[in-house]
Amino acid sequence: MRKEVVACFPQWGNYSHAFKFLLERGFNVKYLTPPPITRQTLALGSKYSPDYVCAPFKYCLGCYIEALAQGANCLLQIFGACRLNYYGELAEQILRDLGYDFQFMNMAGIQWLSPKSIMENFKIVNPDVSLVKVAAALPTTLKMIEYIDIVEDYLRRNVGFEVNDGDFDRLYQQFSRDLDTVESRKQLKKIFKSYWQRFRQIPLNKPAKTFKVGMVGDYYTVQEPFSNYFMEKELAKMGMEVYRDMNLTNSIVHNKWRERHKVGKKYAKYNIGATATFTVAEALQFAKQGFDGIIQVKSFGCTPEIDAMPILQNVANDYNIPILHFSFDSQTSEAGVKTRLEAFYDMVAARHQGGKR
Amino acid sequence: MKVGIPRALLYYKYEKLWTTFFDECGIEYIISPETNKAIINDAANLAIDETCLPTKILLGHINWLKNQCDYIFIPRVEFVYRAQMCTKFMAQIDLVMNTFRGEHLKFLFYNLYKKGPKAEYKAFKKMGKYLGLKKSVYKYAYYTAKQAQVYYEMFRAQNQLQLLQQPTPQNKVLVVAHAYNIGDKFVGEPILRTLKNLGCRPIIAEYFDARECIQASKQLSRTLPWAYNQHLLGAIALYHEQVDGIVILTTFPCGPDSMVNEMIVRKIKDKPILTLTMDTQDGSAGLETRLESFVDILNFQKERPHA
Repeated sequence: MRKEVVACFPQWGNYSHAFKFLLERGFNVKYLTPPPITRQTLALGSKYSPDYVCAPFKYCLGCYIEALAQGANCLLQIFGACRLNYYGELAEQILRDLGYDFQFMNMAGIQWLSPKSIMENFKIVNPDVSLVKVAAALPTTLKMIEYIDIVEDYLRRNVGFEVNDGDFDRLYQQFSRDLDTVESRKQLKKIFKSYWQRFRQIPLNKPAKTFKVGMVGDYYTVQEPFSNYFMEKELAKMGMEVYRDMNLTNSIVHNKWRERHKVGKKYAKYNIGATATFTVAEALQFAKQGFDGIIQVKSFGCTPEIDAMPILQNVANDYNIPILHFSFDSQTSEAGVKTRLEAFYDMVAARHQGGKR
Repeated sequence: MKVGIPRALLYYKYEKLWTTFFDECGIEYIISPETNKAIINDAANLAIDETCLPTKILLGHINWLKNQCDYIFIPRVEFVYRAQMCTKFMAQIDLVMNTFRGEHLKFLFYNLYKKGPKAEYKAFKKMGKYLGLKKSVYKYAYYTAKQAQVYYEMFRAQNQLQLLQQPTPQNKVLVVAHAYNIGDKFVGEPILRTLKNLGCRPIIAEYFDARECIQASKQLSRTLPWAYNQHLLGAIALYHEQVDGIVILTTFPCGPDSMVNEMIVRKIKDKPILTLTMDTQDGSAGLETRLESFVDILNFQKERPHA
């Protein structure tokens, strides 16, 4: 008898509900929700990965190892425009050298124009996969991603101003629990509608003038809260509204690449690779909308984001907006991040009082 | 009109192509000098700390060129042999424009942004039109330049093969490094010199035929995205049995190399491998010590092959 397939995709924001739906309803295999990232995950990942590879690879590898220990036997990895393209193969090689037994679906190896290649690769996950089923599950998955992003956007803006501490967190946990039970698109819509209403009803104590901060940065670091040391929460606690455009909705579901490229054209004439074009355009939009500050988070050595840094500095000079660069590796201390954020907040507040804007 | 070509990054790949093109078009050009300490210092001041060393060196060279010529030539390459490039090659133009903003420099762009065989010609066509050349002039110049480049590479590959296959008592060491690292006076030259002084014969992986190497790289890694890394990996796959040891030279913090080097070390188990990482402040003493001990290992293996 064939072994039961337990698939797993590395921890990435709160999107595991969507991946779970796609794999369970579409591919018809069991999905293991990856264990939440802890210090242990990062330590495991950095132990086995090369020295100066970017931090997301370390998180992914650590996550794989933990998932394999919990019984996963089929791992997935996506592809991208930067080093992400090579994550899959290297992670697979490292895990095989460690002696694990598993299946690996590396989407970087799929030729998306050839149905044969797609089928061959999908069969790694489930030999009896039905493309019809996968295609049927896809719209609901994308819709779920969209809903998650809508809720998270609202959360980021308002969580700092809640009257009763922990209202949003509690409701969000319920929301994620219910997302795991979704079976059809209709049900998904119903769940979203009811929760959306409840999110909107949470009492807020918002002053007339709030500080608005825009977050930009590389694909993983900006989206996965652990890898940026829960910066969004930290900023919200100080009473700031946090805005972020980079999420799965804006990059995969509705790709706004052309639009963004046009926006940033004054500063970056050409495509500068991976998410850097996004970063520049977003920062520019934040600056134009009169935000009080921009924070760039990236993993150490992320080439496209480093290339975007001089451009961001020019944007900051032209629009007179403070910008803070964070570069995360496996050893950045939490206290250091907090201190810098506090100093940033103080500066933003002082600028506002001084009436320099 | 005078065009300045920075002696950095892609110059080491396409030296013959560019210089022949400008020669044939009758355009005067100067090439910045070999990398020296002053250029490195300028570079370190201009660039963001985390930028990789070759990009820093590029900024240093452009800084040197800015008062010497009318136009500064900057290439931007997205695809080579239908394969993706590291994003630093895609960002070169914007990086330079933003770093030297406010100095009113004039740039000459060479933008290769498409896959396919005609892409290179289109890039030259655009450049030729910008320079106000006739079609007959730039078209002829391009094809002549392309021929020069192809023959130069062929000649280099044959030479390298000869060096590899000639029987010699010396240790043959395969030096795996990008063209812009191995050709650079500051980065690659000290290593080649030290290896020669230690009685080794350095074989440069970069100089082998690109097409063969890229095909061969599929044996070792199926989904490797970067063209230049495919080239190097393929050279290792083809020739690692004919050499005594492999030296991998990387600059800090090179994105593609950080992953590919790990792959090489994991795949090639039968030859000793030394990984060297260069930075702006590297002294040569540490480098020499490491190379000496590596050569000692090679000698030791030769004396007692089955130990």
